[in-house]
Amino acid sequence: MSRVRVLVGTRKGAFVLTSDGKRESWDVNGPHFGGWEIYHVKASPADPNRIFASQSSSWFGQVIQRSNDGGQTWEPVGNKFTYDGVPGTHLWYDGTPHPWEFARVWHLEPSLSDPDTVYAGVEDAALFRSSDGGQTWQELSGLRNHPSAASWQPGAGGMCLHTILLDPGDPERIFVAISAAGAFRSDDAGKTWRPINRGLRSEQIPNPTAEVGHCVHRIAMHRSRPNVLYMQKHWDVMRSDDAGESWRETSGNLPTDFGFPIDVHAHEPETIYVVPIKSDSEHYPPDGKLRVYRSRTGGNEWEALTKGLPQRDCYVNVLRDAMAVDSLDPCGVYFGTTGGQVYGSANAGDSWSPIVRDLPSVVAVEVQTLA
Amino acid sequence: MIIRAVLPAHLRTLARVDGELKVDVEGVATQRSVLDALEAAYPMLRGTMRDQVTQERRAFLRFFACEQDLSNESPDAPLPDAVATGAEPYLIIGAMAGG
Repeated sequence: MSRVRVLVGTRKGAFVLTSDGKRESWDVNGPHFGGWEIYHVKASPADPNRIFASQSSSWFGQVIQRSNDGGQTWEPVGNKFTYDGVPGTHLWYDGTPHPWEFARVWHLEPSLSDPDTVYAGVEDAALFRSSDGGQTWQELSGLRNHPSAASWQPGAGGMCLHTILLDPGDPERIFVAISAAGAFRSDDAGKTWRPINRGLRSEQIPNPTAEVGHCVHRIAMHRSRPNVLYMQKHWDVMRSDDAGESWRETSGNLPTDFGFPIDVHAHEPETIYVVPIKSDSEHYPPDGKLRVYRSRTGGNEWEALTKGLPQRDCYVNVLRDAMAVDSLDPCGVYFGTTGGQVYGSANAGDSWSPIVRDLPSVVAVEVQTLA
Repeated sequence: MIIRAVLPAHLRTLARVDGELKVDVEGVATQRSVLDALEAAYPMLRGTMRDQVTQERRAFLRFFACEQDLSNESPDAPLPDAVATGAEPYLIIGAMAGG
């Protein structure tokens, strides 16, 4: 029978949640790396026992951990992230040039085919790749050397590269998103990049339709249709049908189009999920009701999913990397909150129940469907 | 010479060690030579006490010995004799945090 493994990163450690395919009863294992911020934990699609974790601390900096046995044991691997060449500057909050400085790894994206290859999205924004299982890291510096990079500016959460999407149909194509620079695409395996932000509109920047400067929170794709991208921006839910060449807004009837995560149903490429958040200064759900919104039409028409979720006095947030889906049928959907709950739905969002309620604040949720 | 060193709890966990460490340092015992020896013996500590590129002390760590704060001393200054002779440990301390 199939099994499900949910990999949870929190502000104070990592947790591994496991269940059988019914997804009714769960084992909670952890904390791993207790006391450290775990920005992301993700397994290799090519070897489900190989898992990478980004372990970070204001005191001790960045550590990368790797497991080769499905999260039972871990070993630290390479943590030297050195920008290629002379790093140069980007803009600081006050508009002055500021040297590129490595702070942490926000996101780890293992290769779809090679268990030794993994990408890392870091703050200050850059993309690194390891081809030796995380022992050494090399910057794909074509991104940071884009002519616009000197004008990139951090958002309130730092200037982070937080989203990496690998095209299942084209190994040369990579999408990334940076707060607050926007979305970028490479068609040559990361050598060169170009912004793909046409159609985005952000009133928080001097030119609302500028080529770069948009605070993209998350991008998602369905592996069967890699040219269709869904985006949760700082404000606005967006969609592209041409691999990011152009975007159109699909916020439709959402109660607010601010939010962080967006994800796609495993078997229905037009079914997508977001968690509307009241505003950029009030990082909690509107009306104290925690609601996932689902669109079965690829956007614009949204329904609130509330069964099993708190519908009063709830003021948690759901961060950009904290939602994931499994590939069972019916599709399972999972998300974690800043209040330490991890909710799961074994019926594509129709109803929810907490897998665990009292973890540290959840930063990231990923799911593995195991044979 | 053998230098005694004490890591903060999270780094002891990372390095999978208990209690005080002893590292062999050649030549003059300085903060740099002690930290180099620690990182050579425990590679997972690289980058956790000093920045990997600049080699500067991480901002929220302090280095103490013999009831002195050596954090802002030259990394190449000789350590106190009591540390060099092993009478006193070299202490790596995490900044206090609360709230």
